[in-house]
Amino acid sequence: MFKLASEPIVSTTLNQEGAGGFVTFEGKVRNQAEGRPVNRLEYEAYVELAESEGRKLVQEAIEKFSLISAEVIHRIGVLELGETAVLIQVASPHRREAFAGCEWIIDQLKVRVPIWKKEHFADGDSVWVVPSEENKV
Amino acid sequence: MTVNVRYFALLRDQRGLESESFESNSATVGDLVAHLAQTHQFSLPPSRIRTAVNGEFADDDQVLVDGDTIVLIPPVAGG
Repeated sequence: MFKLASEPIVSTTLNQEGAGGFVTFEGKVRNQAEGRPVNRLEYEAYVELAESEGRKLVQEAIEKFSLISAEVIHRIGVLELGETAVLIQVASPHRREAFAGCEWIIDQLKVRVPIWKKEHFADGDSVWVVPSEENKV
Repeated sequence: MTVNVRYFALLRDQRGLESESFESNSATVGDLVAHLAQTHQFSLPPSRIRTAVNGEFADDDQVLVDGDTIVLIPPVAGG
């Protein structure tokens, strides 16, 4: 399951039947970016394609790591410090696959899913984050 | 032919518009992106702009058809 949320993320119950490992990752809004104080973040998505690409990558993770279930919720809109920007939950028969699957999902999400982040700095400046070119699929 | 173009994030700010429709003689998606990048002085080179045509990721050599909707996708930064 992959979904975009414009309200604070509420964790849902994932199917964990048969799971020996359950891994959760929460990406949080940090108070600085490369040493520069940040007040808030803003996320924007090309909703239609973000949802279809997100569902695709979750399905790929389930197959690649033999997961029992996997779920991703990503916020859009303005987020304050400490809020959860992305929640990833993964259940698998063994812990290794759960850790690996969870990490693979966040790595893929960052390079494949059309979501953008704007950093609003404490000094009033704001900038769209453009990752360096090495961060390709 | 008429094409519809949508812009997101950095590119929307630099274009000053969310979307527009106009007459184009660009043969391919890549030609259109190069044209727009030059016309609007985007800070990103065309090689860093991905595209979707009619809701699906597209390659630069995809041939444009009258009525296509092209979405310009700057480098993504979710998570």
